[in-house]
Amino acid sequence: MPPQHVLGSVGPQALAIERLWWLTLIICTVVFIAVLAAVAWALFRAPRGDLTTPPDLSSMTRPERGAAVGIVAAITLCALLLVVLTIASFSTDRALASLGAPSLEIEVTGHQFWWEVRYSDTDPSRSFTTANEIHIPVGRPVLIKLKAEDVIHSLWVPNLAGKKDLIPGRDATLTLRADKPGTYRGQCAEYCGAQHAKMAFLLIADPPEQYEAWAAAERKPAREPGEAEQRRGRDLFVNGRCGMCHAVQGTSAAARYGPDLTHFASRQTLAAGMLPNTVGHLAGWILDPQSIKPGANMPANPMQPAELHALLAYLGTLK
Amino acid sequence: MNPMLEQTWRDPPGFLGALAAIDHKAIGKRYIVTAFCFFLAAGVLAALMRLQLARAESTLIGPDLYNQLFTTHGTAMMFLFAVPVMQGMAIYLVPLMVGARAIAFPRMNAFAYWIYLFGGLFLFVSLLLDIGPDNGWFSYVPLAGPQYAPGKRADVWAQMITFTELSGLLAAIAIIATVLKLRAPGMTLARLPLFCWAMLVTQFMILFAMPAVMLASTALILDRLVSTHFYNPAEGGDALLWQHLFWFFAHPEVYFIFIPGLAFMSSIIPTFSRRPIYGYPAIVLSLTSTAFLSFGLWVHHMFATHIPDLGKSFFTAASMMIAIPTAIQIFCWIATMWTGRLEVRTPMLFSLAFFFILVLGGLTGIMVASVPLDLQLHDTYFVVAHLHYVLIGGAVFPLFGAWYYWFPKITGRLMSERLGRWQFWLFFIGFNVAFYPMHHLGLQGMPRRVYTYPADMGWQPLNMLATAGAVLIVVSVLLFMVNALRSYRGGMRAGENPWGAGTLEWASASPPPAYNYDRPPVVRARDPLWEPISEPPAEPTQVIGLAERVREVLVTTVLDAMPSHRLVFPHPSLWPFLSAVTVTVFFIGSIFTPWAVLWGGIPVAIAVTLWFWPKRAETLEHLAVEKRP
Amino acid sequence: MSVCNHKIALTPFLAIALLAGCERERRQYELPAAQASQLKPAHANNERNAYAMSQGKNLFRWYNCTGCHANGGGGMGPALMDDKWRYGNNPEDIYASIMDGRPNGMPAFRGRINEDQVWQLVAYVRSMSGWARKDAAPSRNDSLYPGEPESMRDQRN
Repeated sequence: MPPQHVLGSVGPQALAIERLWWLTLIICTVVFIAVLAAVAWALFRAPRGDLTTPPDLSSMTRPERGAAVGIVAAITLCALLLVVLTIASFSTDRALASLGAPSLEIEVTGHQFWWEVRYSDTDPSRSFTTANEIHIPVGRPVLIKLKAEDVIHSLWVPNLAGKKDLIPGRDATLTLRADKPGTYRGQCAEYCGAQHAKMAFLLIADPPEQYEAWAAAERKPAREPGEAEQRRGRDLFVNGRCGMCHAVQGTSAAARYGPDLTHFASRQTLAAGMLPNTVGHLAGWILDPQSIKPGANMPANPMQPAELHALLAYLGTLK
Repeated sequence: MNPMLEQTWRDPPGFLGALAAIDHKAIGKRYIVTAFCFFLAAGVLAALMRLQLARAESTLIGPDLYNQLFTTHGTAMMFLFAVPVMQGMAIYLVPLMVGARAIAFPRMNAFAYWIYLFGGLFLFVSLLLDIGPDNGWFSYVPLAGPQYAPGKRADVWAQMITFTELSGLLAAIAIIATVLKLRAPGMTLARLPLFCWAMLVTQFMILFAMPAVMLASTALILDRLVSTHFYNPAEGGDALLWQHLFWFFAHPEVYFIFIPGLAFMSSIIPTFSRRPIYGYPAIVLSLTSTAFLSFGLWVHHMFATHIPDLGKSFFTAASMMIAIPTAIQIFCWIATMWTGRLEVRTPMLFSLAFFFILVLGGLTGIMVASVPLDLQLHDTYFVVAHLHYVLIGGAVFPLFGAWYYWFPKITGRLMSERLGRWQFWLFFIGFNVAFYPMHHLGLQGMPRRVYTYPADMGWQPLNMLATAGAVLIVVSVLLFMVNALRSYRGGMRAGENPWGAGTLEWASASPPPAYNYDRPPVVRARDPLWEPISEPPAEPTQVIGLAERVREVLVTTVLDAMPSHRLVFPHPSLWPFLSAVTVTVFFIGSIFTPWAVLWGGIPVAIAVTLWFWPKRAETLEHLAVEKRP
Repeated sequence: MSVCNHKIALTPFLAIALLAGCERERRQYELPAAQASQLKPAHANNERNAYAMSQGKNLFRWYNCTGCHANGGGGMGPALMDDKWRYGNNPEDIYASIMDGRPNGMPAFRGRINEDQVWQLVAYVRSMSGWARKDAAPSRNDSLYPGEPESMRDQRN
């Protein structure tokens, strides 16, 4: 499984936060031990009494200078440490905002329960849409524009950056940069309904040439299938239930309510990052998505085995 | 025991008498027992959640039921257990601690209890009927809005808020009025017990914060029922408005729960250190400044939204700053223990646990107070760990300590010390085993509010461990119930002051009679029971001259508790209960149709009018004791 | 003692509420197994089930029924929120209209939309003219708002 860890930074955003984490952890641990030590000292040092011991009322008449000095010193130290942590927090904020001009803009729209990923270009023929996988070039800052189709979601890929909420009616952005190639897992981090738990995605950082090759392949419409069974599958897709929600560029299936499947076979996972994209899982998903993600918006699709085989053959051509 | 006073002040007997009861001790006990029942119910839901999460891809509980469970667990714990139990402790103890015969506005106080009970039952009955809310205890829109939350589940949640907020506001008014106007003569504000200071501060916070959530939830019901557009971005509304209104209330709410925990600490530690608390003025100022500051933190729940960074930074600074007043109190308690003579009984054990658990939770709070760190930790199991450490360590542990501490006063019997220690250690160990691993789960990427997780994320071992800890917590709570029930029936009898404590409630009998004090005391010191009696005793030492056949109470001034005037308090009455029933019908009806506001309002108006209708017998009573110049 | 009395008194109310609440709130995610003919079909309760009609409202938009019928006011296709029904407004009639199409432009969706989804659409269409139970009918969408929500419409014959 690709990593999804806060303490495994592969980019400057996550790294700045990780540094702040270690600083804060050290300071907090020291303070915690100090407080516990003070309590332990008080516990073990204080003479024992019992409930009939008359209460010591000397503090009502004599000022307790020692305690006062001790507490004032402790509070001053705490305040100083808090100031240090606040300044560290602010300077991490500044570091997060100083990634530089983005070389790529991606628009991610959150749906219940999948991620629509759109790569726009000033030349419309170079724009394309995919789903549940975000590819970025290594070493270049990327700006992700965040929109929500229905309810509030949150994009979180901890190895790369902190999270940002996708809120309907508002636009937000997230900038990040991957400094090492690899595949990283992210997950929706704002409760969005029945299948919030199964709304994951992969973020794949490729060396720039590999990224360009991927993007070039994505821009192409789906190829005309070569074999008869695949063509039968394509017809089933377009004329049957699939085309009512899914789009495949190059066919007449152009609906936008489900993920775009033009290059579905080149994705590593299906069902929003939940299952490996293999024929067996795909067959099970198509026939009965509700048994895997009850409450997702994809209905069950009972069909004859021959139809299923044709459909799977066609989907396998969508590389 | 004064039979005439007992006759005057007691609640009527029987079933109808129980419905008409207004004695603050009866109402306080009801609040505590009811809140404990909701605690058990919400705890069962949590146990089910932990059973589901113990194994990856478990099919024990499906997503729809799980979402109702976690929503109801959070909602019930926050609204039906934590805030009401603290108000219940205040309702029981504050009049005794300030030397009063009764709580102010006793019938309104009873009404507040019934509204609370009916609102809580409404929530749980809905859960049993598959109408349990399923949008989280925070019920964000648009998920809880008219388009994405079909049916009445979100309305049940929103209206339960209305019940509990109404109840909370009314109980707050009663407690504030008691602390400010019904104190024994001589109990200046500088001599007010820290318990009462903390409760006073909390109730003021309730007054200011609860209207925000009532507004928010009412706007939500309006959006869902009659198509207003408060939260509809397409028509000029805003999804973020909900978050601001909700968190403006909900952040102070966690302090409604935490500050009473501090009240318990400030009561228990001096008793078991055999000395008055160190730093009384500092603690009073800390409590007050915590209350003010807590209203300036709410955006730290919204750090992951697109609010401008400059604005968020302000809330980072404020969230860091609020640690200081709490730290002051912690250091004052440590100083008290350091210079005292310690006796560690069960209440003290629970208070000591605070230093471990709450401090750890507070430090993780410092972590999430920082915007960039929070962007990683928000909505993960790290925050689940943090919130349980601060709420359970800061409020529930001291609450258990408080129950052990005041059980002898309330019931006249001591709880078993041996069972208490067993319960404490089971709870302490179980709690840490359950919740500490969640810090690591959050860092390993596990988000919150998920009904399951993939097997190869590597999260199962720690989840399994957390579930094991939860089992220990269940055992410890069962042990507590066993201890309480056995002690209630046959525990060692406690005298008036089994702990040798210094505050006024320990001067009354255990349990106190209906009239609390035969003659209300005159107070000359902060810990009245500890002050040595001077020779000759300073006069006067008690309040005399209050009528015995009539419910007469002495009202004193706000700052210096100089006697001001005498007031005749109302009799027990069924009208608070009946009014609560009509209000319940009104509230529940109005989530189904706006006409319920009209048709439901009529019985409410009738009931409340009859409640306040003057009664000839009572007027004659007032006239009989009136002293003319 | 007094608590037991409360429980006894509440039982009849609970029983009534039980019947009312369950149907409205149930989320039917799984496709039911092939029904034996003597059992009541699962969709018979759709007009009392909030989730079914809410899904129907979503599907009405996703499957582009709005393209011809707008939000019920009609355009190229007839209005669906009035009381004029060319082919009857029984659920079976509407089901047939969607599945098999109708003359003058209504396409046949058999094989393109699942049966249970069509039944959800049927329930939603009936709610547009006020035939659904008011507490289960959909409320407004989070969108530019064209009129009264289905939960506030009077029944139109």
